[in-house]
Amino acid sequence: MLRADQVLTDPVEMLAYECDAYTIHKGRPDVVVHPESTEQCAAVVRLCARMGVPFTPRGTGTGLSGGATPLCGGVVISIMRMNRVLSVSPADLRLRAQAGCINSTITRAAAPYGLHYAPDPSSQTACTVGGNVAENASGPHTLKYGVTANHVSGLTVALPDGSVVELGSDADEPCGYDLVGLCVGSEGTLGIVTEVTVRLTPNPRQVRTLLAVFGSVDDASRTVSRIIALGIVPCALEMMDSIIINALEDAFAMGFPRDAQALLLVELDGLGPGLDAETAAVRDLCSEHNARSVSAAASEEERARLWFARKQGVGVLGRVAPNKVTQDGLIPRSRLPEVLARIRAIAERHSVRLCNIFHAGDGNLHPCVIFDERDPDELRRVLAANEEILRLCVEVGGSITGEHGVGVEKRDAMPLMFSEADLAAMRRVKAAFDPAGLCNPGKIVPEPSAEAVPA
Amino acid sequence: MSQKSPADIAAGCIRCGFCLDACPTFKLTANEAESPRGRIYLMRHLLDGGRAMDAAALAHLDNCLGCRACEAVCPSGVRYGSLIEGFRARIEEEGLRPAAEVGARGMLLDTLTDRSRLGASLTGLSMVAGILRKAPAMPGLFARLLTGGQSDEAAVPLSGTGRSGGRLPAFTPAVGKARRTVCLLDGCVMSVLFAEVNRVTAELLSRCGCNVVCPRSAGCCGALDAHAGRRERARERARALIDALEGADYDALVTNSAGCGSTLREYGELLADDDRYAARAAALATRTRDISEYLVDLGVEPPTGRLDVTVAYHDACHLAHAQRVTSPPRALLRSIPGLKLVPLAESDLCCGSAGTYNVTHPETATALLDRKVANIIASGAPVVAAGNPGCIAWMREGLARAGSTIRVAHTVELLAEAYRRGASPYGKA
Ligand SMILES: Cc1cc2nc3c(=O)[nH]c(=O)nc-3n(C[C@H](O)[C@H](O)[C@H](O)COP(=O)(O)OP(=O)(O)OC[C@H]3O[C@@H](n4cnc5c(N)ncnc54)[C@H](O)[C@@H]3O)c2cc1C
Ligand code: SF4
Ligand code: SF4
Repeated sequence: MLRADQVLTDPVEMLAYECDAYTIHKGRPDVVVHPESTEQCAAVVRLCARMGVPFTPRGTGTGLSGGATPLCGGVVISIMRMNRVLSVSPADLRLRAQAGCINSTITRAAAPYGLHYAPDPSSQTACTVGGNVAENASGPHTLKYGVTANHVSGLTVALPDGSVVELGSDADEPCGYDLVGLCVGSEGTLGIVTEVTVRLTPNPRQVRTLLAVFGSVDDASRTVSRIIALGIVPCALEMMDSIIINALEDAFAMGFPRDAQALLLVELDGLGPGLDAETAAVRDLCSEHNARSVSAAASEEERARLWFARKQGVGVLGRVAPNKVTQDGLIPRSRLPEVLARIRAIAERHSVRLCNIFHAGDGNLHPCVIFDERDPDELRRVLAANEEILRLCVEVGGSITGEHGVGVEKRDAMPLMFSEADLAAMRRVKAAFDPAGLCNPGKIVPEPSAEAVPA
Repeated sequence: MSQKSPADIAAGCIRCGFCLDACPTFKLTANEAESPRGRIYLMRHLLDGGRAMDAAALAHLDNCLGCRACEAVCPSGVRYGSLIEGFRARIEEEGLRPAAEVGARGMLLDTLTDRSRLGASLTGLSMVAGILRKAPAMPGLFARLLTGGQSDEAAVPLSGTGRSGGRLPAFTPAVGKARRTVCLLDGCVMSVLFAEVNRVTAELLSRCGCNVVCPRSAGCCGALDAHAGRRERARERARALIDALEGADYDALVTNSAGCGSTLREYGELLADDDRYAARAAALATRTRDISEYLVDLGVEPPTGRLDVTVAYHDACHLAHAQRVTSPPRALLRSIPGLKLVPLAESDLCCGSAGTYNVTHPETATALLDRKVANIIASGAPVVAAGNPGCIAWMREGLARAGSTIRVAHTVELLAEAYRRGASPYGKA
């Protein structure tokens, strides 16, 4: 079925797979396999099903909610050797790739045709399209262009019984149950995605990228609320606070003012006069809200540099403290100023260090709590603050996750948002696909049997 | 120079996974234990005492090429190079490696880093390699290295590699009025195997208005030792080199070997806890420049001689990742009239040479070499330029084995050739 080099069992190797980028919960696999085709993948799943062994799909393991962590041990099915672009059809705006293909590889393959793949998570140089599908990943530019779900038209999936199905079609209006829609965002609990057909998007004809510097977080967040309230849809609207600004300065000497309290990165695209008018409107709004300065990227290099800063902005936190938990709450954008202030208060009450870098335009908060896991007391306070932040997001009418998924991290917070009846419906969907409960167990929906032991 | 403990460096890894796709051993295996993140995580557990070193753990750490591609892409600024070197030093110091292997590695390094021994010890070297290698056949590399490399039949006349060997004069005066004085290290491997590259480097510097000093007593900088975890030996060599350069008057210390340059730039750290040498080590480090950077910063006149040739540029790991020098060599190549620089896919993916790695890990090294050769051939260029002797020799080996006539040259060789062909003076005096 597989060659020896496709199967790992050494305990030292298992160590590397005991968590993803979320490190609070851990689970060590017994075996890691590297299938190289859909058939091999299905064969491994069939074997697991026959033997009653749990299995967990895994891409690059950049997930931030423990989705790829094999909580119950068993087999990790790594998709990383299935990393090729299979075909590009520029005329149909479609590209087909194996699930282990890196997100940015897809955009690179589309570039010669003036096309790109719109979902651009900050982790795009590392994460796989399969992982993106599983997490319904988004990125700065999904504010205008939509999340992964809007850009996937077909999937090949090895179901938990080992059968292989082709979901979706190339037609823009699919018929029958929308099983692609169901699989996108299912966090690897309904099967293993082996191939993906994505929609490609023409590159924007004109882009304006603005950087606004603020002396207070409040002013910046009020600006965001106003931009959205006025019906302007930037293609990206991102906010970074002073801890991030200073960490970026330390790392890359970007030239950001170190005493600024917040930066807004606003990108608009469109054509000619309409674009100019929107750009002017955004500039005015920033100034009305006391922006210290608003500057436009003068060249493609400058624009790339600003985006580089934004995309390194989370990772750069490793320079500030050994551990971080990136929260991922979604809130109504009208309440941004209030929620940010309340989150600050929560952090103060629990004496934890917190910073913000997030997709402000779609109300997707990423408060990052930075800490040192070697200090058990600090870890306890971090977890407490985290939970309060989640409760706050739900209280204001938002969600406990914007894009990083539920995984194990937020599984037990699901009852904050969903009634027992809602959760029971989810369990029935899961059971329809995976009656034996072997496919990535212990994720998304809280189940009495799942055992997750904080490390 | 910040002095972080290995545990602190390892703690800086937030497991974001950004480095995985940059890592050659991960690319080849898709095994996370063979990824930077996996290795750091392992080291963290070994440091915590949560796990004892065993053969499997040692193998995953040894399999690392030390190419530092991970470091260059890490948003969190994890200084992986220091971490692995420090860790390797611990492995040697605490005797965690089988004795026969220690002996063989030691012989190999001593030979490579000692001019006179290297010149005379082809047989000894192949024996050493035999002990370290798992596969039976000796790659032709060392034989070729020691007998002068491939012959020069290709269209573009490139300077040959040092059949003659030998060192540079202690002083080469600037052509015209001297603008700067630079110290050029004609190091260990370079002086025996790449004497010609050293010669053209000195010639270029001199033509560009630099007095070139080459202190006679300056020996090996210790790079190979440092990379292999023989830290004490590296420190001895660093101290000796600092002593040898003591009193020499120079504006910059220039190297044409990326591996040496990166180690020299880290001297401050290597000797940070040595009260007598720390300050001088740090000073030397800040004066170190790669030849390509130095020429670009100096603002030399572009050559007027033409080289009508298509060239692909390979980013040596210790230049691109450890020293972050990627645009100066390309700028120099582009400045050559007639020369067309074409992209090389995965230009900054390690070629597998990696110091002594190609002798200790021939299978991985060869897999990476094959990939490099395929990319080079796909680039369509008849000439590849690079800034590190190890890469040049190794890529020559791979291309020759693939039956290709593509030539590999040091960036400075192409540049010097263009100046030579130009009628006008080399630089502004
Ligand atoms: C610094 C940083 C920044 C990030 N920024 C963003 C961002 O801007 N936007 C965003 O949305 N996310 C972001 N993420 C989160 C993460 O990168 C995404 O969730 C990504 O989609 C995960 O892809 P992966 O290949 O790493 O998957 P993994 O982490 O390996 O897996 C994630 C989940 O997908 C499942 N899975 C993986 N492959 C398959 C498959 N082939 N079939 C079925 N299930 C599968 C796993 O079981 C797991 O549940 C960021 C992460 C980091 C560390
Ligand atoms: S990129 Fe840096 S922080 Fe991220 S996993 Fe690799 S070493 Fe760790
Ligand atoms: S130094 Fe190179 S081989 Fe070693 S972990 Fe980093 S990228 Fe991989």
